[in-house]
Amino acid sequence: MSDVQATKEIDARGSFCPGPMMELIRVVRSSDVGEVIAVLSSDQGSRRDIPTWVEKAKHELIGIETLDGYDRILVKKLH
Amino acid sequence: MAQRVVIVGSGSGGTMVANRLVRAIPEDVRSGKVEVVLIGAESTHVYQPGFLYIALGQAQPEGFKRPETDMLLPGVQWVPEAATKIDPTKKSVQVASGRTIEYDFLVLATGSVPDLDAIPGFREGGHSFYTLEESLRLRDALQSFDHGKLLLIIGVPHKCPVAPLEFLFMYDDWLRRTGKRDQIELEYTYPISRLHSLQPVSDWIDQLFPERNIKFQTFFNVETVDPVKKVVYTLEGEEDNYDLLVGIPPHVGAQVIRDSKLGDRDGWIPTDRLTLKVKGYDNMYAIGDATDLPLSKAGSTTHYESEVVVKNLVHELQGEKPVVLYDGKIYCFIEAGLDQATHISFDYNHPPEPSNPTATVHWFKLAFNEMYWLSLRGLF
Ligand SMILES: Cc1cc2nc3c(=O)[nH]c(=O)nc-3n(C[C@H](O)[C@H](O)[C@H](O)COP(=O)(O)OP(=O)(O)OC[C@H]3O[C@@H](n4cnc5c(N)ncnc54)[C@H](O)[C@@H]3O)c2cc1C
Repeated sequence: MSDVQATKEIDARGSFCPGPMMELIRVVRSSDVGEVIAVLSSDQGSRRDIPTWVEKAKHELIGIETLDGYDRILVKKLH
Repeated sequence: MAQRVVIVGSGSGGTMVANRLVRAIPEDVRSGKVEVVLIGAESTHVYQPGFLYIALGQAQPEGFKRPETDMLLPGVQWVPEAATKIDPTKKSVQVASGRTIEYDFLVLATGSVPDLDAIPGFREGGHSFYTLEESLRLRDALQSFDHGKLLLIIGVPHKCPVAPLEFLFMYDDWLRRTGKRDQIELEYTYPISRLHSLQPVSDWIDQLFPERNIKFQTFFNVETVDPVKKVVYTLEGEEDNYDLLVGIPPHVGAQVIRDSKLGDRDGWIPTDRLTLKVKGYDNMYAIGDATDLPLSKAGSTTHYESEVVVKNLVHELQGEKPVVLYDGKIYCFIEAGLDQATHISFDYNHPPEPSNPTATVHWFKLAFNEMYWLSLRGLF
């Protein structure tokens, strides 16, 4: 999946506050429909929370890639 | 030839950087070898954390204001004008009068502001305590609010991530003391799956909310407000009603950053998390709320960042490398009622651990509200 091109990347590793989830919401709000956003996160909770929120907010989870000590979570803005 | 450091924005961060810099190299400033120029749109310095106390009727605005010139150490050249354009190619800043000021090094400390129009209907239907004007409006609304539901909504991003909690805890305490708590329902909402982005804070309030009878909802991002029906609609497809709506609207960066194409669409400046340099510009730093760093937008963040930037500026002015790194350090007080508070500190590698609220920490926060004016002058 490392071949999936993101239009924006948020490096939220080591971010306790606001944290990866909140950063994702911020960037989704200010992106165009169709853009793919990659969130780099070392927070375990985000693995669960981001997909839940993406589903509730009706965007698309492209995938979660586990890298060296962190995750790369790819989300597409749908509306 | 003299070297000039220009700082844009005279809030917490800009004022601290200017004062700390003249303190760090007094001889160079006195002799004219280094010029420290501070450009600021506001001639009155306002201590924003005071808005919380103003909204709750616990303090008057006058106590939180000082003339900016009283805050500046001799040696700081004060330009009381808004910057209208920053040109990194010409290394210059244009101000409202049309004058152009050139720089060798630039520090951007232009802060963030709540966008009252980001959520359609909020301006008409809601209240806030994130600007002086709004906190006065909310104070009046709270004074005549005697029954019904207060709904608190939180937009992303926002500064001071603990202020919404402090507001609820202090208001709850006041209602209980005045015997009015039974007539007023308090409901807190939060954008993500837990009650606060900081897990330990979330765990702490998870326990406290039932004790204080504060209801809550998570994954709650308000998209629109219907001020007539008094209903909010979220982008997750939920709706909720209110009698009094208190909100922290999503924030944006300064207009000049957008106009100068130095930030993203919302005006956040791409900043290196360790060096605090603006990405792509070797002679430009950004601090405080203005950066795009995934950090709490708080005065304490700005404070610690200003220390790093000043040390690096001193290195660079002397032809050395800027080797001092920011470790993500942040410290926050959290009011838990009218006479008790807790505090947290954390950095990139260490999560926070709130302790039980005490009266001592509350008094310390009140003392800090006064000490702030000394910290602006670079005394600690
Ligand atoms: C209700 C409330 C409670 C808070 N409580 C706390 C707390 O308890 N603890 C804490 O640490 N933080 C708290 N904060 C947050 C804190 O006030 C901010 O994070 C802090 O002020 C950020 O500093 P800054 O220098 O980045 O921005 P600011 O202090 O906002 O300063 C930015 C300055 O830039 C100026 N500016 C913008 N554009 C231009 C331009 N074009 N030209 C010239 N000047 C310009 C603005 O006028 C402003 O003076 C609170 C904030 C609020 C609203």
